[in-house]
Amino acid sequence: MLFTSYDFLGFILVLFVLYYIVPKKFQWPLLLGFSYIFYFLADPTYLIYIGITTVTVYLLGCKIEQFREEQSAYLKANKEVLSREDKKLYKNKIKSKQWKYLLIALFINIGILAVLKYTNFAISNVNSIMGLLGSDKQFGFLDLALPMGISFYTFQSVGYIIDVYRGTCKAEKNIFKFALFVSFFPQLVQGPISRFSQMAETLYQEHSFDAKNVCYGLQRILWGFFKKLVIADRILTAVNEIIRNPDEYAGAYVFVGMMFYALELYADFTGGIDVTIGVAEVLGIRLAENFNRPFFSKSIKEYWNRWHITMGTWFTDYIFYPISVCGPMLKLSKFSRKKLGENLGKRVPIYLSSFTVWLATGIWHGASWNFVVWGLGNWVVIMVSQELEPLYAKFHARFHLQSNRYFQFFQVIRTIFIMSCLRSFDCYRNVPVTFKMLGTMFTTWNWNILWDGSLMQLGLTMTDYLILLAGTILLIAVSMIQRKGKVRDQIAACPYAVRVAIWYGLFLVVLLTGVYGIGYEASQFIYNQF
Amino acid sequence: MEQLLEILEELHPEVDFESCETLIDDKILDSFDIISIISEVNDVFDVTISAEYIIPDNFNSAKALYALIEKLEDEE
Repeated sequence: MLFTSYDFLGFILVLFVLYYIVPKKFQWPLLLGFSYIFYFLADPTYLIYIGITTVTVYLLGCKIEQFREEQSAYLKANKEVLSREDKKLYKNKIKSKQWKYLLIALFINIGILAVLKYTNFAISNVNSIMGLLGSDKQFGFLDLALPMGISFYTFQSVGYIIDVYRGTCKAEKNIFKFALFVSFFPQLVQGPISRFSQMAETLYQEHSFDAKNVCYGLQRILWGFFKKLVIADRILTAVNEIIRNPDEYAGAYVFVGMMFYALELYADFTGGIDVTIGVAEVLGIRLAENFNRPFFSKSIKEYWNRWHITMGTWFTDYIFYPISVCGPMLKLSKFSRKKLGENLGKRVPIYLSSFTVWLATGIWHGASWNFVVWGLGNWVVIMVSQELEPLYAKFHARFHLQSNRYFQFFQVIRTIFIMSCLRSFDCYRNVPVTFKMLGTMFTTWNWNILWDGSLMQLGLTMTDYLILLAGTILLIAVSMIQRKGKVRDQIAACPYAVRVAIWYGLFLVVLLTGVYGIGYEASQFIYNQF
Repeated sequence: MEQLLEILEELHPEVDFESCETLIDDKILDSFDIISIISEVNDVFDVTISAEYIIPDNFNSAKALYALIEKLEDEE
């Protein structure tokens, strides 16, 4: 059920009404029921996978928590008799038991994700290698369905059990409550990847009808629909035309395609997250924000702190830190500092861990070499800028441009351009074609297409371009206003007539210029496939 | 504490680590800085800060980080 379908609107409307009618203690069970219905309607077989994840993580999480409680009771009861060494030994014994249960949980759940998502990718690589070696034997592909949102709910569940193991959150003892955390339907489609400790605060609470919450939530949903239906789904036609026909659209078209895709992805992904957070807000539930005006970033590193924030922090907390501070890595750090000198040596482990993180980030986004190259491309850019830091420092000490607005504007444009180049690996059918098309930007000199009417051949009319232009200006204006605080707070402080004009105006814009309607199939959210 | 301040000041000479209590919240230290600090702390204090201790509360100020080092020294 697409977020932008009439079915979804009906689904959430019924939920909103029931949610505030039923006795408050039934609110979270109602959400659980609706989440499972949402998943069932997508495909009943998906329930098996989400069910396995829920049950295994729940049981193993409880087991890990049980060891912690036993440890605490044992140490308390034997406080006087145990020596420091005894306590240490006992704690290590418990930790090792907990570790085993954590490993089982990781093995099962990451295993399911890996098998469903990467088996066919592995088969295609094996087939290619066998072909190169001159063998005629080819393995057939498996018919594996990738359950909706599996990457998101698996990461969320894995994060939860690692937190339980670390002791940073307590295991949830009620399996139905835990099932809701895993399956909460607004975030199943494309995240955000929530942390149990943060989400539990409001997920299971009893919520009274709060007009402000409901109003703010509906406004956020409307803003999400505007981004998705008016901008993303409109520009999609031109993006597809360019990337699906690389032979016809080279040179400046590649640049246009990159910029259009940047706009499409931003409007699509942030629009979807707006709907997600908005639905949760109507229900009185707080979800983590996933974006912080990413296209205003002055470097790629900053961009990744502001784009898909919950994924970035997940990779940092659960992959980057554990790898960076594990015993072998600390030994490597000592060794490399001794051999390569203090400065370079201490960066070796950081670069190795980052490599792993970016490789994982790439593979997480999709089972293809395009995403591997995309991930490692990000890693290379970040590492190169890290290495060039001393040079930048000298440059800024000499020219004092850091606070110059024109220079900052240049940095923003540079970041958008580099990110757009990297993103083109999401688009074209394979890595060689992507490199080739990026190369044509410098070899095929056809920039006249920007003004000679050629862009009218991409499936968009002049009206579409004008709507997109106005929409983009609105997106930028809203981002600028956000710097002063929440936009909805600022609108709420306006006179009644202005508020009505803004929100009804936006509603009419979505209604009149949105790309939807009978016979039109709104496109799936891009991040849904991840 | 002085040894810890030396480690921190070498990374960011422009920051007043004795008074700053928002090193993570204000994004003064990033993940690369944290790993450099952990590696140096491991050398100087012979203490291993494992991933579970990498939370904002432990890294928001030099004082909090020093308290963590003392706690780990005590445990080890």
